[in-house]
Parts: sequence; structure tokens; C-alpha cells
Amino acid sequence: MPTIDWPHFTPWAALAGGVLIGLSAAMFVLLNGRIAGVSGVLGGLLRPMKGDVTWRAAFVLGLVGAPLVYGLFTVLPAAQIDAGYGTLALAGLLVGVGTRYGAGCTSGHGVCGLARRSPRSLVATLAFMAAGFVTVFVLRHLLNL
Amino acid sequence: MWTALASLLAGLVFGLGLIVSGMANPAKVLGFLDVGGAWDPSLAFVMAGAVAVSTVGFLLAGRRKDSLLGGPITLPSLRHIDRRLVGGSLLFGVGWGVAGFCPGPALVSLGSGEVKALVFVGAMLLGMGLFEVIERRR
Repeated sequence: MPTIDWPHFTPWAALAGGVLIGLSAAMFVLLNGRIAGVSGVLGGLLRPMKGDVTWRAAFVLGLVGAPLVYGLFTVLPAAQIDAGYGTLALAGLLVGVGTRYGAGCTSGHGVCGLARRSPRSLVATLAFMAAGFVTVFVLRHLLNL
Repeated sequence: MWTALASLLAGLVFGLGLIVSGMANPAKVLGFLDVGGAWDPSLAFVMAGAVAVSTVGFLLAGRRKDSLLGGPITLPSLRHIDRRLVGGSLLFGVGWGVAGFCPGPALVSLGSGEVKALVFVGAMLLGMGLFEVIERRR
């Protein structure tokens, strides 16, 4: 049985944030007829096609602008990034290549895909979750990094 | 015009959700992935809330031919589960576990002015570009 990290466990904030994310995905498919998958939206900008750039760029701009808007109302919660620059570069490369080959990430497969009951997305979600759990276990508990 | 505004708003709400939920913080994400240590199950609640609400959106969208703004509803048509899907997702999961960043939170952190997020996003775009180059050569 895992030991629960009670001091860091924030179920209500997590649920509230999740509802906002779900609201965004619902709004995106109803208004724009698209999947709110961050890697897909971003990746599509790298092979720009006519009429396909603006909505993608606008979505990315919204994501990047979120902390600024949040900061207008209250203090932005501090983020903790422990990884060094080299590690971040390696991780970014893996995430970039992996999400494009796997055709989605936590948003496209994990949120929208599961909401659509897509078997492909279920498999993808189980795969990246499992890989994430194993990676952290190996790095933290086997290699003690 | 309206499509761009709707996208901007969707991105904004998505980003706010990532901040509120704590998912924009890599240490929090790694706390969820660390089942062998002190485990923070919060992320499961993010997923549950997000999937529950977006399910309603997709059910409503499934009954429509066009979106509310008049464009087509384009949902993925791929059905097969292949090596690319599983292999790519595994690679992504390893990268996610190494730094605690996935694409959405990384873009949000970029907006918070985190220099480290800039390095991650730069490398991620490089990886996505690499995929495009390899795909075009196939």
C-alpha cells in the first residue's frame, strides 16, 4: 500500500481545477469542434496549413497567458522545478517526440480521449501513466537521484 | 474571428484549471507519480473532474453535425492500437516522469516566466520538429 502524502494532498483544489479543464475541453469541442489536446494543437503549428494556424496559436496564447490572468486576482502559487537544465532538455525532447508519435498527451488522450470512451486513448493513457510511475520509481528509489 | 476568441478563452480556462489544480507545479505531478514514496493522489482528482465534465461536452457534441460556431466537428477517426501509439506514449511517460512536465503545464509555466520551462518547451518543440522531419522522409 502506498503511503499517502497527506500534507500535500489537495483533493478539492484538484477537483476544482479538473472541472475547469473539463469545461475548457467541452467548450472547445462544442464551439470549435476540436479536441483540446495540447500536444496536438501545438504540434500542428509546426506544419502550418492555411486557416489552421490562428485557432491553434490562440489556444496556446490562452495557456501561456493563464498565469498572468490568474495573477490579476490573486497571488500565483509557487511552482517547484527541481530538474536541472540538462534533465529538462532531455525530458522535453522525450515529451515532444513521444506525444507526437503517440498522437496525444495528458489532455488529448487522458482527458478528451477518456471522455470520448476511445479505446486508443485508454491504451495511451495507461501506457504513459505506467511509464511515468516506473520512471519516478527507478529514478527516486532505485538510483536515489 | 469567433473561433480564435473561443480558442483563446478555452486555452485560458484550461491554463487556469492547471494552476488551480496544482498540475502546473512539476513537484506536485512527481508527487503523484511517486507511488513508491510519499504519494499525493491529487492528480487522480484532476482527471476525474476533467473527464466527468468533458464527457458531457462530448455527449452533446456527438448529437450535433456542426459546432456552435458553424464549423465541422472533427474528432479523431483512428481506431487501431499500434506500436506508434504505445511506443510514443511510453516515451512521453518517461519524459513526464523525468521532469514532471507535460505539454500543457509546461506552456503555463512559460507564462509564469520560469526560465526552466523555457528550456523544457524549447526541447519539446525540437522533439516535435524532429518528428515532423522524420515523418516527411518516410
